[in-house]
Amino acid sequence: MDAPAQYLDVWFIHISYPNLIVIVLMLVLFAIALVVPFPHGSDRDA
Amino acid sequence: MHESTAIESGSWTLRTRQWIDRFLPMDHLLPHRQPYYVGSWVYVFGVITIAALVWVVISGVVLSFMGPQWWHTSGLGRFFNSLHFWSVQMFFLFMVLHLWGQYFMAGWRDGRAATWMIGVVIFGVSIMTAFTGYLSQQNFDSQFIAINGKDAMNAAGIGSFFNVLNFGQMYGLHVMLLPIGVTFLVVWHIVMVRSRGVVKPIAPEGGSAS
Amino acid sequence: MKARQHVTQDEYYGGIRMRSYDLIKEIAYALAGLAALVLVLAAVFSSPDVPPVTIAGWAQNDPIDFVTTATNELQGSTISAGYGNPYNTSGAGQSWGPIAPVQWFGTRIPVDSAGAFVIQPLKYASAGNTDLGKALDQWTSAKSDQQTTWLKAYSDALTKATVTDGKVTVADGEYGPLPVMMNNLLAVAQAGGLDGLLLINGRFYQTDYTQALLFMGDGTYLSGLAQNANLTGSQWGMMNETGSYPGQTWLWLYTMWYQVWPFNNTNGFLGINAGNADLGIVILMTVLTAALALVPFIPGLRDIPRWIPIHRLIWKEYYSPRKGAV
Repeated sequence: MDAPAQYLDVWFIHISYPNLIVIVLMLVLFAIALVVPFPHGSDRDA
Repeated sequence: MHESTAIESGSWTLRTRQWIDRFLPMDHLLPHRQPYYVGSWVYVFGVITIAALVWVVISGVVLSFMGPQWWHTSGLGRFFNSLHFWSVQMFFLFMVLHLWGQYFMAGWRDGRAATWMIGVVIFGVSIMTAFTGYLSQQNFDSQFIAINGKDAMNAAGIGSFFNVLNFGQMYGLHVMLLPIGVTFLVVWHIVMVRSRGVVKPIAPEGGSAS
Repeated sequence: MKARQHVTQDEYYGGIRMRSYDLIKEIAYALAGLAALVLVLAAVFSSPDVPPVTIAGWAQNDPIDFVTTATNELQGSTISAGYGNPYNTSGAGQSWGPIAPVQWFGTRIPVDSAGAFVIQPLKYASAGNTDLGKALDQWTSAKSDQQTTWLKAYSDALTKATVTDGKVTVADGEYGPLPVMMNNLLAVAQAGGLDGLLLINGRFYQTDYTQALLFMGDGTYLSGLAQNANLTGSQWGMMNETGSYPGQTWLWLYTMWYQVWPFNNTNGFLGINAGNADLGIVILMTVLTAALALVPFIPGLRDIPRWIPIHRLIWKEYYSPRKGAV
């Protein structure tokens, strides 16, 4: 991990691949959170 | 349950307790039920952020106990630094996901604007805390962050009060003053959320924006 | 606002079906899950720790840059020598029209670049070194016109300097005592003497690295290493980390402005340009942060969640009720 990172250059953006992975991961996590069903609690009053 | 003579009582203690009972009764602080519409994974981003903060603080306490040189000279020290580094990454990652979620839920509605604003302040103070942390590393990265960062601080007029080249000052802010600030704000934020409860869904048609 | 605060939770949630939801279990799972994740990440990837650059390392690895920087300090042409407040009054600092915060508090961290980085260390080193002592006397007793002439000649010659036997050698010329002074300073630096001298400043305990860092920032050695690591301002550096580690992705908007017009342009716009980009961006980010905090009160910004209905996925049960819902 101490080797220099590779960079992506698109338009004026200059981003390291580790940073790009983090950002893409965040977008994916958010999308997954939107669609994956959430386990329901009991409908009975406890 | 509440003394009917409360208003006449001059007791500050009684009035304080009654205020707390009104503002945040125990069954609002620790409810065992939520409205049925609390059923999305988006709701967990906030609590995961808190969990990350807990590990940031615990790993940070170990690092500060052993002194700022430890992680450079000890394998175990380096491991605790790694725990601290990755906890911070997770803290910001989930905090931003929480921000996105609350934004698209318009979580500030129905009297919750202050909760939102405290959240933005937490974001800003967290950035300052991380900044002082990166400056406290005592390695090449911290050298260049200091040399480069001083220009923005100086341009803003605060560079002589917040001297990023002064390790002692940055370290003290990082291990004590700013974590106290973040913790206080997070507790306040949680109290605000619990006292009002989660916001209702956005009304399907019409309805006010706030 | 007052009326809203008197709405109790019972009133707010009146008629809404409740379901059991275990908050304590939730945070317990979050703590355990995150602990496991962070332990794995730490064990697999560790964390970055590139050792710091020392003045000794700088002087050993790039002696010509070191001597050039020291000469420029005497000339007053380095970044720190001409910086202005809070270090000295040699420069005006950044301003936008009448807005010049850097001037508001004066010279609160006084640094005399030429004295602190060159002359004072040489005075210490001249104890027992008669050649250096004589050179220093010659320098301090010379008129400033003479000093300027020597400095100009020497710094021009340094552009073609070579390193021979650890000494920086230049073509023959009229440099006065400068070659003796600079090669002695180089020797002190290479032996680690300057790292200590610039830190302790006559005291035993110190935690303030202002002088050493300003001096290193005046040269090109440290900034060259930073450029290789993509840490400089024009490389989105604020976001980046050494090695292949993720950096500070949350700073993307802070660093982005440095890459775009008018902040990266000499002419700029309405008085904001590359010369006062730090001030301009501090002001801009203060405004944007305030706007983020005030989203609940800003029409348009607070209505986007209604227009981009991601909330319909978050609250899908509410919008497509099945049996037993509201």
